[in-house]
Amino acid sequence: METKLLSTRILPLIILLLTGTVGITQDSLLTMLEDSSKSSQATVAVEGAFKAIHLVNTQTTESPGKKELNFIIMHRFGKLNDGAYNFFGLDNASIRLGLDYGISDRLGVGIGRSSFEKTFDGYVKYKLLQQSSGKKTVPINISLLVAVNHLTLRSDTFVSAQNKTSYITQAIIARKFSSALSLMVAPTYIHYNRYPVLRSAKEVFAATVGGRLKFTKRMAITAEYNYLIPGMLDAVDLEHSLSLGLDIETGGHVFQLVFTNSNGMIESQYIGKTNGSWGNGDIFFGFNVSRNFSFNKEKKKNW
Amino acid sequence: MKTLSLCAAALLFFTTVHSQILMTKKGVISFHSHTILENVDAENKNVMAVIDAGKKHIAFSMLMKQFVFPKKLMQQHFNENYVESDKFPKATFSGSYAEDADITKDGTYSLTVTGKLTIHGVTRDVTIPSTLTVQSGTVTGATTFKLNPTDYEIDIPFIVRNKIEKENTVKVNVEWKQNY
Repeated sequence: METKLLSTRILPLIILLLTGTVGITQDSLLTMLEDSSKSSQATVAVEGAFKAIHLVNTQTTESPGKKELNFIIMHRFGKLNDGAYNFFGLDNASIRLGLDYGISDRLGVGIGRSSFEKTFDGYVKYKLLQQSSGKKTVPINISLLVAVNHLTLRSDTFVSAQNKTSYITQAIIARKFSSALSLMVAPTYIHYNRYPVLRSAKEVFAATVGGRLKFTKRMAITAEYNYLIPGMLDAVDLEHSLSLGLDIETGGHVFQLVFTNSNGMIESQYIGKTNGSWGNGDIFFGFNVSRNFSFNKEKKKNW
Repeated sequence: MKTLSLCAAALLFFTTVHSQILMTKKGVISFHSHTILENVDAENKNVMAVIDAGKKHIAFSMLMKQFVFPKKLMQQHFNENYVESDKFPKATFSGSYAEDADITKDGTYSLTVTGKLTIHGVTRDVTIPSTLTVQSGTVTGATTFKLNPTDYEIDIPFIVRNKIEKENTVKVNVEWKQNY
């Protein structure tokens, strides 16, 4: 009787206990860690929806990091259809020099000067929403951009200097779908104090769609299309801005080779003043080159 | 009666072994690459670590995205271009040591930890000399070792090769609190 009890009831218990203790091997320690990491999942920001601050012409949701300065040279040659006499556009150039600075990781400011209509621009961009995964999942990034463009080209059409200013408000909504694919949409509102051809103040609504597709770790194809709501600038011979680019990233530099039908590189120009047509070969080849400088004093630590 | 005592003995054995297991979610692992051109210092303060002093086993697990760099861009490049955190989110270590270390008594023990280190989806056998310090209920595990990124198939492009040390220094500091 006693032996039977031992074999049927106690023995399995002993085996259970023995395997319970012996069974804690190295791998089950790791499994234990995995299990407890699942229960206390951290929120991880999904960073780097885009490589650079500009997709091609349009600003992305990205800004320089805190205390980081970004210097950008945006350059567009002339139209490809200018022919051999102008060396297929390479004889002409339009340029924008810009500086972007991160006040915090979410708040960025920038200034720039474009040769097109001798325009100064300044902007403030704030990231309202940061995409994240884990404990707190946020599906999208939202950045709000407010910019002022002021041209200084001497021209009789403007009457006064005040008329040469335009104001831009843009909400940039982007999602990084995977490490390769990011898409964005950006509704835009532009107020021109005086739109030159119409000789009057003008409100313009537009929407930008764009995206990037990485095909290697450091290279990506980008595209953007700026849709101008019909009727906004009917009296003017305007085209929608369509741009394609190739991003190449090397350390602190990003090189972007672009093809676009816009000569200008800031909102008031590429959205409201694009008159090149892809179909006619009014294509501007160009590049954006940016370099990142960090002013973060490396924390003194006993590494 | 006999069965009861047997049960109790087994239970006692079982629990004493278990009390030897200590776990933390706040271990610190940092890595450093210092060259004339660029210094890279990153720190992860959310390393999960467990030690089983009874079985002499030890294990670590960390999320690569929780490494914090002083430069945002560097952190982004680390995750996207080097360790590919989306594909390989974790680095883990699981190993054991042969030396005796009594975590119930104050003292310092030199341990040779041998096990498998997985980074970037590549698992390698490593042997890492470490120290275990026990002081008033706190067990501290610490080590410094060299790690070659190319061993873990982490590709470093030619253009930045002068900016990254061939062998990075990895520092580990883990504190376990014992609750008696």
